[in-house]
Amino acid sequence: MAIPANVETTFLLGRLNWDAIPKEPIVIATFVVVAVGGIAMLAALTRYRLWGYLWREWFTSVDHKKIGIMYMILGLIMFVRGFADAIMMRLQQAMAFNGSEGYLNAHHYDQIFTAHGVIMIFFVAMPFVTGLMNYIVPLQIGARDVSFPFLNNFSFWMTVGGAVIVMASLFVGEFAQTGWLAFPPLSGLSYSPWVGVDYYIWGLQVAGVGTTLSGINLLVTILKMRAPGMTMMRMPVFTWTSFCTNILIVASFPVLTATLVLLTLDRYVGTNFFTNDLGGNSMMYINLIWIWGHPEVYILILPLFGVFSEVTSTFSGKKLFGYTSMVYATVCITILSYVVWLHHFFTMGSGASVNSFFGITTMIISIPTGAKIFNWLFTMYQGRLRFELPLMWTIAFMLTFVVGGMTGVLLAVPPADFVLHNSLFLVAHFHNVIIGGVLFGIFAAINFWWPKAFGYKLDVFWGKVSFWFWVIGFWAAFMPLYILGLMGVTRRMRVFDDPGLQIWFVIAGFGAVLIACGIAAMFVQFGVSIWRRDRNRDLTGDPWDGRTLEWATSSPPAAYNFAFTPVVRGLDAWAEIKAHGAARPEAAHLPIHMPRNTGAGVILAALSTICGMALIWYIWWLAALSFVALIATAIAHSFNYHRDYHIPADEVRRTEETRSRLLAQGA
Amino acid sequence: MSRLSGTARLAALVLASSSLSACKAVVLSPAGDIAERQKDLLLAATGLMLIIIIPVMALTVFFAWKYRASKKAVYSPDWDHSTKFELVIWAAPLLIIICLGALTWVGTHLLDPYRPLDRLSATEEIAGDHEPLKVQVVALDWKWLFIYPEQGVASVNELAVPVNREVEFSLTSSSVMNAFYIPAMAGMIYAMPGMETKLHGVFNNPGSYQGLASHYSGWGFSGMRFKAHATDQAGFEEWLAKAREAGGELSREEYLDLEAPSQNVPPRLYAEVDPELFNRVVNLCVEPGKMCMAEMMDIDDRGGLGLEGTVNIQALTHDKHIRRGSGEPVLGKTPFMVSSICTPQDTAIMLAGIDEGPARRVDRTPMRGHALPVPTGIFERLNAPVIRDARTSAGTPEQKL
Repeated sequence: MAIPANVETTFLLGRLNWDAIPKEPIVIATFVVVAVGGIAMLAALTRYRLWGYLWREWFTSVDHKKIGIMYMILGLIMFVRGFADAIMMRLQQAMAFNGSEGYLNAHHYDQIFTAHGVIMIFFVAMPFVTGLMNYIVPLQIGARDVSFPFLNNFSFWMTVGGAVIVMASLFVGEFAQTGWLAFPPLSGLSYSPWVGVDYYIWGLQVAGVGTTLSGINLLVTILKMRAPGMTMMRMPVFTWTSFCTNILIVASFPVLTATLVLLTLDRYVGTNFFTNDLGGNSMMYINLIWIWGHPEVYILILPLFGVFSEVTSTFSGKKLFGYTSMVYATVCITILSYVVWLHHFFTMGSGASVNSFFGITTMIISIPTGAKIFNWLFTMYQGRLRFELPLMWTIAFMLTFVVGGMTGVLLAVPPADFVLHNSLFLVAHFHNVIIGGVLFGIFAAINFWWPKAFGYKLDVFWGKVSFWFWVIGFWAAFMPLYILGLMGVTRRMRVFDDPGLQIWFVIAGFGAVLIACGIAAMFVQFGVSIWRRDRNRDLTGDPWDGRTLEWATSSPPAAYNFAFTPVVRGLDAWAEIKAHGAARPEAAHLPIHMPRNTGAGVILAALSTICGMALIWYIWWLAALSFVALIATAIAHSFNYHRDYHIPADEVRRTEETRSRLLAQGA
Repeated sequence: MSRLSGTARLAALVLASSSLSACKAVVLSPAGDIAERQKDLLLAATGLMLIIIIPVMALTVFFAWKYRASKKAVYSPDWDHSTKFELVIWAAPLLIIICLGALTWVGTHLLDPYRPLDRLSATEEIAGDHEPLKVQVVALDWKWLFIYPEQGVASVNELAVPVNREVEFSLTSSSVMNAFYIPAMAGMIYAMPGMETKLHGVFNNPGSYQGLASHYSGWGFSGMRFKAHATDQAGFEEWLAKAREAGGELSREEYLDLEAPSQNVPPRLYAEVDPELFNRVVNLCVEPGKMCMAEMMDIDDRGGLGLEGTVNIQALTHDKHIRRGSGEPVLGKTPFMVSSICTPQDTAIMLAGIDEGPARRVDRTPMRGHALPVPTGIFERLNAPVIRDARTSAGTPEQKL
């Protein structure tokens, strides 16, 4: 595990050389598996001549629905990687007792816990959330696409670019060994001299461009593209929560970008923003990164609060209880999420008054969050609850999330935080809210909107298998961590000397195995559902008796979403239309103006990725070249005047007639 | 009442579960008053939260069961508002947070790690002449250094303190951020390079307790543990004697060797220690000839050295970089260090003064650029020194304006 510091750099390859390839058996085995799988996949794509199809219909697509699905696929792939890291950590911690060093050395283990955090937040949760918003929001507000369709495609590919950089670190060089937020001075050049932190920086910077642009895009879409009649207070709750999330993204991601730029300058140019001497101050980094980091938590959870609202109301067959207070609760959380960041480092030595201020603001957030939970409860009250998979996930969420919320409030009490900070109790807490909140919400959403995206429901049996493995596995994996935290065990430990702790780590490892079964069952569920798609076919476009506009379209919706822009007369627009028995307009179709696909997004993102990789390895000529190419391509793209086309009225009519036939068949 | 029963229930649950294992939940059964009070606050907060969490969980299950579709219970599809319910929904959490907020405000101030103790235990007040035991802590890569300035000894990865005596820790780090944590004694506090943090605590029960690094600091982090021995006064004297017998002096040169990264370091003792060492570590000037941060800040506070000063700043290769084998920034300057321009006597006076708190050789006259006139008009008032140093300004009437 010797790290080549101060490696000789060559003009051609910078500091990249043969020594940079990790020779550890685990990494080599992984590489072989990935390489064989990758080659097999490429061969299959070539064999079945799918390249052209993928390029034309997916990679270059500016359709928000296709981009949404691609985001979800990216999230799923990265989820498998992030979970593999989790299993490896659990195994290491369950083994490393009684003088055993476990099976991972410090260099490897420290990369794994860093990569796990980075991947799960930036490349799993974020793509899932962005994908959902991308797919659902335009449909819910009765729009044909997002405001800037090309930007949407570009944002997606930038996110992919970031993921590629992070994944590349597995096989070439190393990833950061700093923890997922890369606190200096540890992440500075003095203490992390090689490429790990540079991979971290450039991976996040490339993906961060995508996230910020996508935030702007969705924000403008929600503000400017709502169907006539849809006032702000008639927006579906999911759209409301997406709106607040995108405000948070636009306001907080630039902070992350700026912070990472300062760290980059420290590492590349020798400035002293966060160094120990010459006036640098690492506490500044910690403040800045958490000014982004805390809103980030709400960026992840708010859209899922929206999902739970939609699911509860739909499967209770009722209007959402307290829509107005739900909206205000969301807005309160959005604002409050900016005044709590210091609770991540009460132990850094701020005064008692500062600590209590941030402790109390943190607790105040639990008031609107509590109000939301009560609103879901009273939505269920006097409803007709259909226990389909989305509702099951929602109820599992309510029972799990409140425990995470409670432990969160405990951590917000500074003196209690002094004994629990950085402990496994903290680790259990944030997994409790992120898995119990974000992931359960994602699963509810996938089960809820899958029929909309693909035209058939997901298999219920395998869905239930996955559900029970996940829920039981979650509790088995994280309750031991709460207990270990109360025993004073802190996070990121690689070896332990107290043999009494081992049993808890073994239980937690067993929980992780149950979760692995849950994930496997989920993939089986997807496979079985695709295989037997004709059995669960949904012809109506509205399989759950939905309440919002996305259910007014066919499943999957036509490229143009709505042949006629719907007019909204109240909350729950689709439920209203159904209640009044309004007829589907079937005549007088007009040509529809649509954005044209373009490969510019893919090319720009690929160039950014190359530039990032070149900067990581100090290959200056390549960095300069790819950067110039990036700017040139962007300018060239701005001269592309073939950006749109019209779907002829005839084609629209044919599509809509097919839909009418299917509706008649399904009825 | 429900708060107490909630607390008791949680405590019983945790005790029951922890009895399964050989070790106990030390956070819930600590050996020192501060950790004990932190635990009390934790349990009180848990109790308060359970008042709302338990009904919510029960109602979720109850509603899910009662209103399931097959049961055909009362169904009101259009019922979506009730002012009464809304009031309860917002007021109930608010009331609980008001209680918890009050508890937090008071608890945070009373248990501030910087605050000297007001009692030794629930039954024992601090006597008027009680002097805290001072321990200086340096987080090194990857071991803990403890300096006992009053006793003049030092130890690595072993801490000994007498029970029922307040311990005042001053903490810093040599390289990266770290956190110092003895769960049985008191909560954690960060140890940071170039900075000094404080922690006050006390042990009430004798014993050997686990101390650890609780903030990830690099490869050797897992092995950065030590035993904290809490003994009676006689036991402490014995330990000191053992340290003095062990021999060895922790000089600045010795420290620079010790500072180099090493893992799983066994405990060792030093009979003597350079009295300036801790202040030099805080000021990042253990290396011979390097300018101390206090000196640099003092110069900057006076408006800098101006152009004349540049000749005094000598670029030298920073030996910490060399020892860690780290690289230089590819596009920037070679790492350098600023050499001191103080005489050794000046530095000694400066470092000796640091321990006295904020009273230092700091010019408290209004802040202004080098050689610029003093601001006048409203800026004069804005720029007036806010914090007066009682010791240095007492006798100078013109500064009292």
